[in-house]
Amino acid sequence: MTTSGAPHDLPDTHASHTALEHIDLTGPGPHTATPGRAELPHRPPGLPTDAKAAIMDRLRDALADGGPPEPVAVDRGYRRLHGQGTDLIAMFAERVTDFRTLVARADAFTMVRTTAALLRRAGVRRLAAPPDHRLTWLTAAGAELVGEERQLTDRPRDRADGAVTGCALAIAETGTIVLDGGRYQGRRMLSLLPGYHLCVVRAEQIVGTVPEAVARLDPRRPQTWISGRPTAPAPTEESAPGPRTLHVLLLG
Amino acid sequence: MTAVRREPAFLGMPPFPEAAHHALADRRLRAELRDTSRTSRSRRAEAVDELPPFVWEKLRRAGAVIKDDVIARLPDHLEELEGSVVAAGGTVHWARDADEANALVIRIAREHAAAEVVGVPAATTRETGLDDALADAGIRVRATAAANAGLTVRGADFAIAETGTVCAVDADENGLRSVTLPDVLVTVLGLEQVLPAWRDLEVFLHLLPRASTGERMSPYVSLWTGVTDDDGPRGFHLILLDNGRSDVLADRMGRQALRCIRCSACLDVCPVYTRVGGQAYGSVPPGPIGAILAPQLRGVNRHDVDAQTASLPYASTLCGACFEACPVRIDIPAVLAHQRAQLTDLGRGPARHREKAAMSAARWGLAEPWRLGLAQHAAALGRHVIARMPHVLAGPLARWTDGRDAPAPPPESFRTWFKRTNGGLDEGGSRDEVPGDTDDETAEGPSATPREEP
Repeated sequence: MTTSGAPHDLPDTHASHTALEHIDLTGPGPHTATPGRAELPHRPPGLPTDAKAAIMDRLRDALADGGPPEPVAVDRGYRRLHGQGTDLIAMFAERVTDFRTLVARADAFTMVRTTAALLRRAGVRRLAAPPDHRLTWLTAAGAELVGEERQLTDRPRDRADGAVTGCALAIAETGTIVLDGGRYQGRRMLSLLPGYHLCVVRAEQIVGTVPEAVARLDPRRPQTWISGRPTAPAPTEESAPGPRTLHVLLLG
Repeated sequence: MTAVRREPAFLGMPPFPEAAHHALADRRLRAELRDTSRTSRSRRAEAVDELPPFVWEKLRRAGAVIKDDVIARLPDHLEELEGSVVAAGGTVHWARDADEANALVIRIAREHAAAEVVGVPAATTRETGLDDALADAGIRVRATAAANAGLTVRGADFAIAETGTVCAVDADENGLRSVTLPDVLVTVLGLEQVLPAWRDLEVFLHLLPRASTGERMSPYVSLWTGVTDDDGPRGFHLILLDNGRSDVLADRMGRQALRCIRCSACLDVCPVYTRVGGQAYGSVPPGPIGAILAPQLRGVNRHDVDAQTASLPYASTLCGACFEACPVRIDIPAVLAHQRAQLTDLGRGPARHREKAAMSAARWGLAEPWRLGLAQHAAALGRHVIARMPHVLAGPLARWTDGRDAPAPPPESFRTWFKRTNGGLDEGGSRDEVPGDTDDETAEGPSATPREEP
């Protein structure tokens, strides 16, 4: 059992209830609980009872005055889908730009050239990529690729200047990209360690609103929602990375 | 057995009026508060106004209904949460109070032989005084997660009963690092922070960023469900903290405070908070929500409380701005009034006798017209004294100017002016004209002739 209640290894109250029922059912006799067991409902002074049972008792006591709660129906009449006719791609690009994050739009013919321009602008060449990423367009754009595994070592000569990932989806209304460790995304670590993150968003991955995104995402996957330019942690720690850059390559 | 609740940061904190008095004397603090709260208010208003009409109000109502369901069936939701977290490979612990929560963190740290932990600042760990407890136990605390950081302790914003997912909304990357880099992640969560279903996130990820910082979405939202193979921590502990929350639940009026999602919107709209700042409240969180939550957590409805706690329900003008701003519609003014009644029943309300004296004086003064006239005449005579030292009143009125600057009374009361000028007719004006605003120095009483336009 992985659940741990009290910080002390004492039998919980369920065990003591069982002992009591046993006594009640059989009455006094040679096979009743040992004298020590019979004491269980009244714990030795100074030792805590099971914390979960105690909290549950308190909560049930506190709610006792209200009678049985009625099931509630949540009115989801707030807007769940974006209005018809909105250009979600344009909206996403505009709202990401609000964060002063650079968005570059490209198609199959221009993506190599556009990527090369982005990398030049960021001044990066060595990129870490998840193992399943299609890599030819990146090398064609002049990137030197470093395997994800090597990126995670601490040897500086292995270290990449940045990382390239895809995403799970993007939210137009909030300018958010969501990573969930799925295809072309690698581990969370990948988007975290390097100072530069090139995120590829395909146009069909863009949804309008937060409710649409929540409906599509799988809660079992570890997720990172990024809205805005990545910020480094407080510069007091010696190991903190320097200024970071996010570029979004919007395909389609 | 109930351990004594620990609120180490606020031992010896003076009651609100005293603390507020010091804060009010700090002109720089007042100026800073005015500027930051004004900025926050306008950012928030922009983020809310950007949504189509009524969407914000519908989201607020949905948020309130969901949280009320959490509150009404808290034991069920917590049981479900525990089951989901365990199924996802996590471990759930229960802490009745701050000491138990801290003891759990220390025990987990020792089990993993961690001489140092990364502590990401959070409302719950501040509430339990975790940093001090760790220091007492000889465990060093760092603020930022470096690579492979061993053990990290942090708070979170929501936990989903249905899926066991923990959700944290962070302003910077440190939050994301803290859920990704350590071997073991310990999350300290208040009991009320559970949400029923995965889908409910759509409401709260709308409400929280816009109400909190006026952003469409917070810079980093991290979601983790138990442990994931080869990505993130291998150990995941969730500590569910009571620490007085079950006492809050016991009060049917006051329990709506458990809806709070810690957005702090009520702070920046509060005319009291924006003048005295957070320190004066001596509570986590401060401001209007702190003024209703802290007294309940400290048992205002159960037993006698200290003077500092008893002062908090009075740290408000009951203007209602906090209710308007609250993304989950907590009726803070109603709870404050309710608590004042509770304190009065306990005989702990401050200034009860003074209030009574003031009311009897007012009754005497208003009973006969000549008495009011006398009082107004006295005030006008005192005007020159007050004008020379405009911020302080003496005697029984001194407490009023503890918290405000006294305006100088007008040179002449309306009643005197009416008598002197025969209702304005003797001055040649019509009866429609009203005596001028005394703040305007050019208007010493109503002007006889309308000013000619050039």
